[in-house]
Amino acid sequence: MSQALHLHYDVPGDDFTRAGEASGAVKRKLKQMGFNPSAVRRVAIAMYEGEINMVIHAGGGEADVEIEPDKISIVLADHGPGIPNVELAMKEGWSTAPDHVRSLGFGAGMGLPNIKKYTDEMRIETEIGKGTKVFMVILV
Amino acid sequence: MTVAQMAQLLDLKLAAGKEGLDRLVTGGYCGDLLSWVMGRAKEDDVWITVMGNLNAIAVAVLADVSCILLSESAVLDEDARRKADEEGVTVLQSDRPTYDLAVAIGRLLS
Repeated sequence: MSQALHLHYDVPGDDFTRAGEASGAVKRKLKQMGFNPSAVRRVAIAMYEGEINMVIHAGGGEADVEIEPDKISIVLADHGPGIPNVELAMKEGWSTAPDHVRSLGFGAGMGLPNIKKYTDEMRIETEIGKGTKVFMVILV
Repeated sequence: MTVAQMAQLLDLKLAAGKEGLDRLVTGGYCGDLLSWVMGRAKEDDVWITVMGNLNAIAVAVLADVSCILLSESAVLDEDARRKADEEGVTVLQSDRPTYDLAVAIGRLLS
């Protein structure tokens, strides 16, 4: 594999039944390509957390994945309300998810902390009223 | 121990995903908050929970747990059952409390 492979997905908003389709597809692709299972699992979990965040908080968004032999880079971009306090949002247990989302098992306040835990690099760009971009890199 | 052996020894009912019955169980995790499970459960754990919805199936697939065990007579939603069959994720059910199941599985594994 000499060139990077780019994958693009639209993540629909407010549709919890379809959340995870993009991360599931990436997981299958990486498995097919023979990446080691531990790296595949880290990519899948980190990306799913990001997808769920976009569904809960931002009305969906877009996911771009770049697959290279030594690293997987993911950018999740939405046009949601932005994150007022990133430091707080990164804290385990902090959540602004509404009750109907919590009843589905989400809203534990572990989404962003899990992304940090499972990635080698993570960066958030956010602007109130404009949206949020989450950049992640997993080294293979 | 495989998922099938655990199901037989503890008299667990198969609710979906018989394709995954041959997977190995090497540990366990109990929890109903999905992100908590993704952050803490390990590959090949049996995941004991009361969450029988579609998102639980997605979490099981992405976190690579060996199977889902619905405790306390928790119900598996119909769309989740279909998805589990599609993805080959075994879902087992029991009327026993989460704690009892965790203790019983811990004994089988030790």
